[in-house]
Amino acid sequence: MLFELERVSLRRDGKVVLDDLSAVLPAGASCVAGPSGSGKSTLLRLLNRLADPLTGAVRYLGSDVRERDPLALRREIGLVPQLPALLAGTVEDNIRFAAALGEHEPDVPRLLDLAGLDASYAARDAAKLSVGEQQRAMLARALALEPRVLLLDEPTSALDAAARGAVEATLLHLRQRLDVSTVLVTHDLAQARRLAQFVVQLDAGRLVAAGAVTELLPA
Amino acid sequence: MTLAVTSTTDVSLGQLAGALALIAIAIAVSIWWKADLERDIVVAVVRSFIQLTAIGYVITFVFDQNTVFLVVALLAIMVLFGAFTARHRARKVPHSFWPLLTALGLAAVATVGVVVGLGVFPATPRFMVPVGGMVIGNSMTAAAVALNRLGDEVESGARQIEATLALGATSAEAAAPIVRRSLRSGMITLVDSTKTTGVVFFPGTMVGSLLAGASPTAAVRLQLILLWVLLGAVAVAGLVATTLAYRNFFTPAHQLREPPEP
Repeated sequence: MLFELERVSLRRDGKVVLDDLSAVLPAGASCVAGPSGSGKSTLLRLLNRLADPLTGAVRYLGSDVRERDPLALRREIGLVPQLPALLAGTVEDNIRFAAALGEHEPDVPRLLDLAGLDASYAARDAAKLSVGEQQRAMLARALALEPRVLLLDEPTSALDAAARGAVEATLLHLRQRLDVSTVLVTHDLAQARRLAQFVVQLDAGRLVAAGAVTELLPA
Repeated sequence: MTLAVTSTTDVSLGQLAGALALIAIAIAVSIWWKADLERDIVVAVVRSFIQLTAIGYVITFVFDQNTVFLVVALLAIMVLFGAFTARHRARKVPHSFWPLLTALGLAAVATVGVVVGLGVFPATPRFMVPVGGMVIGNSMTAAAVALNRLGDEVESGARQIEATLALGATSAEAAAPIVRRSLRSGMITLVDSTKTTGVVFFPGTMVGSLLAGASPTAAVRLQLILLWVLLGAVAVAGLVATTLAYRNFFTPAHQLREPPEP
């Protein structure tokens, strides 16, 4: 199993965010779905140790994430956050920053292509891109780590319908071209159906259902 | 090197009271523009009178005793109070007192040590107390401004910091742009005022020396030494304060203690 969460609880400012949650996420294309405030993004942050649970354990490939070097873990499990947060500089600067952390020499045009951007974007000022373009640049930057797993936090929530469709196509294409597992967080069940094979549904920090998308979310 | 003030200027209490007219203007401006600073101005005036009068007697005592031990004790107390005061400007930085105390202490030791060690000033209370006081005061301001900025930047930039951490960057790497900007904001005021000194404004020491009867050349040399000493001091204070303080925003596992709202 790729990820296992065992009786995980987490509070924020005294409010329960995850409540005694146990769930598994298999390798391949998984999805964590649920309404706003259900704890989806928080769950995602536990997977690469951007946060630790108050109680319970999170395991990655069978071992507790707290036993691993958090920096190495995050380079193996890339995360694309919900809102773009690129560093000052060009798109290529951002890609090279991530690649240097992962100790890789980046093929910038290929990474841009994987993220659905043409090579001319390398020299563009990251701050001057549209939200959709920045989201793709964030994806290219995460891919520069050459991750085994890609965590995607509502990657299309800030986009219009056309841009959303394009990013979804990019993500589907990515799965065909790279040997990378994805964990997608979304509030959109139709998107979960389109992009994932396995789904974990949350509500108010609790598990509602988990299983194959074809069974839980029939078209 | 001899940098002595050649005569003294006596100021009567009547003259001092006359200067309060300017305070009335400051209060009037605050009331007129509803800047809500009247109370702070009154507190500042009262505190400055009490504190400076008290320190005047303390310095007289330290000068009369003429021992380095008392000088060090006095400067240590200034560092302590400076750190307490600066902490209020750095409310958003967790546990800011220790970084500030270390920053002010190191800035004082390094700069006073260098000027005494190089023979710029003799190791006597008459030089060490005022120079140490200026160094600590300017260091306090620089460190407070830097940590105030640091707190604001971490709060507003939490998403970017976390996005950088998510790439496997260390907390030092993720905080580097913010630490850089905070350090810069702590130092920039003194750097800018040093650039314009003598052109746009006359700095305090030079004015004080001239009023006290020193020759313009001696006043300028004394001022230059102090400006350069202060530049070194604010650099040390800003660097130490920001370098120690940014760590308090992170856990040992390179996580933000206060992550951005999901």
